[in-house]
Amino acid sequence: MSLHSKTRGAALSRLPGNKPSRFVPYLIPGVLSLAVVIIVPAIWNVYLSFTRWRGVGPVRFIGAANWRRLFRDEMFWKSFENSFWIIVAIVIIPTVLGLFISSLLTDVIQKKFGSKVASFLRALYYLPQLLPVAVASIIMGWIFRPDDGAFNALLHAMGLGVLQGNWLGNPKTALPVLMFILIWIQLGYPVVIFMSGLQRVDPELYEAVGLDGANWWQKFYVVTLPSIMPELLVVILTATIGALKTFGPVYLLTKGGPGTTTIVPSYYSYNQFFQVQQVGYGAAISTALTVVIIIFSVVFTIIQGHVEKNMD
Amino acid sequence: MSEVSIRAKMSSKKKAEEVPLKAKHIRSWGDWLVLVLLSVGAIVMLSPLVILTMNAFKTIGDYNASGPLTMPAHPTMSGIVSFWNTSHFPVKFVNSLLISLVVAVLGVMLSVLNSFALGIGKVKGNRWIVLMIMLANMMPQEALLYPLYTMFKRIGLYNSQLAIMIIFTVIQSAYGTYLLSAVYGTFPQAILEASTLDGANRWQTLLRVVLPISWPTISVLFVFFFVWTWNEYMIPMAFLMDDSVQTVPLALATLQGQHTMDATTLAAASLLSIIPTIIFFVIFQRKLNQGIVAGAVK
Repeated sequence: MSLHSKTRGAALSRLPGNKPSRFVPYLIPGVLSLAVVIIVPAIWNVYLSFTRWRGVGPVRFIGAANWRRLFRDEMFWKSFENSFWIIVAIVIIPTVLGLFISSLLTDVIQKKFGSKVASFLRALYYLPQLLPVAVASIIMGWIFRPDDGAFNALLHAMGLGVLQGNWLGNPKTALPVLMFILIWIQLGYPVVIFMSGLQRVDPELYEAVGLDGANWWQKFYVVTLPSIMPELLVVILTATIGALKTFGPVYLLTKGGPGTTTIVPSYYSYNQFFQVQQVGYGAAISTALTVVIIIFSVVFTIIQGHVEKNMD
Repeated sequence: MSEVSIRAKMSSKKKAEEVPLKAKHIRSWGDWLVLVLLSVGAIVMLSPLVILTMNAFKTIGDYNASGPLTMPAHPTMSGIVSFWNTSHFPVKFVNSLLISLVVAVLGVMLSVLNSFALGIGKVKGNRWIVLMIMLANMMPQEALLYPLYTMFKRIGLYNSQLAIMIIFTVIQSAYGTYLLSAVYGTFPQAILEASTLDGANRWQTLLRVVLPISWPTISVLFVFFFVWTWNEYMIPMAFLMDDSVQTVPLALATLQGQHTMDATTLAAASLLSIIPTIIFFVIFQRKLNQGIVAGAVK
């Protein structure tokens, strides 16, 4: 694009005869409310991270003390270590499984058994995604109840009664079981998005590759994967941001415990805000989390841009 | 979590190709194996909800005697009725419905106004504003929570549904603006020119031309805003203290917090809590499909 057309584009609206400035009134409610509900609180939260405050009484400015404490705080590092496992459960495993499930549903079930069977199966995989996360978490917590829960009953019925346990209360099993629950909640998301992307793929492309004697794996690599690359990248980006923000399942199922085995940054900051009234420290944790999310998003968006450019 | 599905669905213009009948009938053993494997997977996904439903209609005696894996011996509605009454379920339902509807309506209105100014008006600095809105989308709610809590407490809106409505209208409209301003950025120039030639001013163009043509996208946004708000948990929990103002997910969480709660009551309460979601899905599915098929805007 030449410089000339660029400046012209900036000076004109897309509605002929209307200067861009005439559209400013339409933006006022949106920008004002964004400022009040998001921008001011976000900046305020950064400020609070440099203070000591119990939620009532005076706010005391203490410089970078919270931040120095944060970098030495083992629980803080532990919470990000757990975030890594949450990412495995929300991004990596569902994305990989979702790739196979969606391509098998599109490639085999839809073609050989009809689209009704395919969309019925898809709906079943998607069902947990529909439920409010809080409700889905409580349901799975109910399944993994200690003593008389359904999972323990299932083990007993299979003659594995010795394995019964307090799944979410045992430091050894709490994180893996939490991860399993998150996989159950998340799996439908990549399945639905990938299937929607796969409908775009030209069936002749598959046939052409098939005529060349390619097997299913080769078709998957050569046709399926490149075709849904945009969806794949978007799923990875949004699911990772979602994983870093995970709060509900942890709060409702384990409260970060036992000990610190399932603590995550989001729950840790909530705990500082409302349970121990260390508002300044809670603000530091949540600011750190925001910074991590923004850095990840920027880096990922740059990678995304490169991948999409290379594909064209 | 399903934010992208809108984008993904809108980009898939083509519906599933009709499969020729011939190909359908040549099924190898491998095809059957895939069907079996995927069905087993689907059953595993569904099983927690099936087991939950079985136990929602049991008495606690029944549960203690034969465990969670059997059908109810003496089916009873008592667990469901008891949660309906003790949690004041109708109140919680109306609260959730009201909050989600208001947020969906206002959120869509804000998104449309913003996007009209940014995507069609090309207001000066529009790129910066879109960038700001993208950042707003990434914000974890914890990073806003305490300042919002303090602000709304000071103006007397703590424990008020109005606070929740305001907060989520803005949060959802940030996503809506991000999506819709890109859509309006590619709005057909010829249609805008025709509208001007017909003598329409900006407001008339928005109302009579832009809005009807982008209606499929807007209705999809509406549905998603509604469902996301219905599902919200953390901010409502921090803000809504009284029983009379709480939402459905909060009611269930309160019940689960009471550790003495027996297994069948919790199962019944969970089942009751997911019924509205299932109903909405059935209602909205059609609307969503319309949005996908029409996709007139992009």
